[in-house]
Amino acid sequence: MNKILLIIQREYVTRVRKKSFVIMTLLVPALFAAMYAVIALVAGDKDQTMHIVNVIDQSGDFRGKFHDQRFIKYNYLDESLASAKADLKNENDLLLRIPANTKDTAELFAKKKTTLSLADNIQNQMNDIATGVSLVKAGIDTVSLHKIKSNYTIKSTELTEKGEKSTSMGATYALAFAGAVLIYMSLFIYGAQVMRGVIEEKTSRIIEVIVSSVKPFQLMTGKIVGVGLVGLTQFVLWISLSAGISYALGHDASSVKSPIYSFIHNMGSNASYELMCFLFYWITGFLFYSALFAAVGSAVDSETETQQFMFPITLPLLFTYILSVSYLFTVPDSPLAFWLSIIPFTAPVAMMVRIPFNVPDWQLYLSMFLMIVGFIFTTYVASRIYRVGILMYGKKASYKELAKWFFYKE
Amino acid sequence: MLSIRNIVKQYAGHTALSGVSLEVESGQIFGLLGPNGAGKTSLIRIVNQITAPDSGEIFFNGEKLNQSHIERIGYLPEERGLYKKMEIGEQMIYLARLKGLSRDESIRRLKIWFQKLGMETWWKMKIEELSKGMQQKAQFVATVLHEPDLIILDEPFSGFDPVNAEIIKDEILELNSKGATILFSTHRMESVEELCDAIALLDKSKKILDGKIRDIKNTYRNNIYIIEYTGEKLNFNGAQPFELMDDIADVEGDHTIKIKLKTDVTSNEVLQYLIPQTHITKLQEVIPSMNEIFIERVNKIV
Repeated sequence: MNKILLIIQREYVTRVRKKSFVIMTLLVPALFAAMYAVIALVAGDKDQTMHIVNVIDQSGDFRGKFHDQRFIKYNYLDESLASAKADLKNENDLLLRIPANTKDTAELFAKKKTTLSLADNIQNQMNDIATGVSLVKAGIDTVSLHKIKSNYTIKSTELTEKGEKSTSMGATYALAFAGAVLIYMSLFIYGAQVMRGVIEEKTSRIIEVIVSSVKPFQLMTGKIVGVGLVGLTQFVLWISLSAGISYALGHDASSVKSPIYSFIHNMGSNASYELMCFLFYWITGFLFYSALFAAVGSAVDSETETQQFMFPITLPLLFTYILSVSYLFTVPDSPLAFWLSIIPFTAPVAMMVRIPFNVPDWQLYLSMFLMIVGFIFTTYVASRIYRVGILMYGKKASYKELAKWFFYKE
Repeated sequence: MLSIRNIVKQYAGHTALSGVSLEVESGQIFGLLGPNGAGKTSLIRIVNQITAPDSGEIFFNGEKLNQSHIERIGYLPEERGLYKKMEIGEQMIYLARLKGLSRDESIRRLKIWFQKLGMETWWKMKIEELSKGMQQKAQFVATVLHEPDLIILDEPFSGFDPVNAEIIKDEILELNSKGATILFSTHRMESVEELCDAIALLDKSKKILDGKIRDIKNTYRNNIYIIEYTGEKLNFNGAQPFELMDDIADVEGDHTIKIKLKTDVTSNEVLQYLIPQTHITKLQEVIPSMNEIFIERVNKIV
């Protein structure tokens, strides 16, 4: 036990001290901050130029009815279209011709291409005015009509055993999506780190010295746990750094709400539940897959040879990942989603997609139970291949070979 | 010290060891010899508990070999290797701690060893910055740092230049004189005769010879002598108490011959026969070198 701790310590310390770890740890929040800055920039980048819309109203219904807005002023002309066109000098000014017949298309002229939001704005006003005019013509009192006109927006409320809670569908989707992506990526990143560590020990031939001091299983376990702790450390640093940055930025640019803050706020009272689930699936998923990655590392002499074994390991993950981000989150209660979230190979990704949509307890517990059984199983299988593989050199291992190794006695 | 009894180890498709037994006495330098693929490394790995035998037992100081003995064995594998990107000092401490030493104790001992072998400046260096010979030296230190009772060296001299090989040889002898038992495998027969008290010869998964070097050599004495004499070249007619095997050289009145004694004849009788006839300058028994014994035994099996 003491020796496993030593191994964990070495694996952890050497990795955390690496420049690449420090760079990654700082780079991701920096990217996040940059993204945040871009969002803030985009949000603040509204059209701030003054537009004057010169209206030639051939129908006569619109004169004086457009509302001036902050950056759009309306001006009514009595000239002919041709002379108005000739008079249009300022490139931010526009010329709107409204035809006599409402069925004809109105025309908008400008020196520059008009932005979509500007055209939309004008079109909406025109429609409102036209509707109003038609109503009046039909003898309907527009004042009382405005009184009864409803203005609904939807706020969804979920009924749960814990009571009602307000949810934002957008945030729920984002949460499902983020969970799946994070788990998927970290299983690959840290699983591959375990594999590379095993290959490094094998190719540098230090493995024989180490296994004369500790059992291969201890070495494998120590390495997996060590790398796993590195991953957790990185996550904690990312989250706290990102939160710190967005908090700091949030104070400066008070007009834009911190996305992390609003994200956490939207997770609401379930934040800790969802975080615990994420941690559980991260840890068990990592243990499940990194054991397999370790076995692959032990079976090869260099990283280039890993391809043939990597494929069957990555396939279920990739499959679930693609399904998750494209389809599953729209139908989180479908039978496919259910089965994928139960089978340990796909559960870490699939279940993360489902969790924000309230998974029935028994399904969650079943999935968790199978995850635990699953990682114990893969660790057992992997360790049997690993203990033989690390001492085999120059032999190109096939699947048949791996099966033989599995059945070797000690 | 180490009693290996009837070890059998089979891998899929071939047998690495079939019923090998050895006795290594405390304080011995024991050489494990044999051609490539004879099973030396398999046996060494079993003694190091890296793999387990299919059947057979090993006793360490009378106790059945178990995990608690790991800390009393030091192992230098044939394929040397250390973590390339780790600093030497840290790495040595790590390896020593895996063998059960405390951090402080390993630092203390490392300082002594580094000083002894002129490695003081290496502490903060990474393995990849060292030459191959320097890496080997570092690994040797890692092998013996925890002062094991049994030191197992697989081809200890391969990869060393003659100067460093000599340094390592002296260190091995010093450790031995301090009480460590040493088991090493090698192809280099001259180092066997120089260092070993006893040997075992493995070939094709079987032990074909073992014992103290002197005993083995005695059994391989076959009454062959080399004689040098000065004067007229002698002609032997068959009445002499030996058979002439070879006329090795005749240079300016100095003659060298190789003879085999007839049954129940001693070398003294040969001298008595020759002295009246010529002037003897040398009589030496031809004792086969370990190399010859090695080759002879291995070929006999084929």
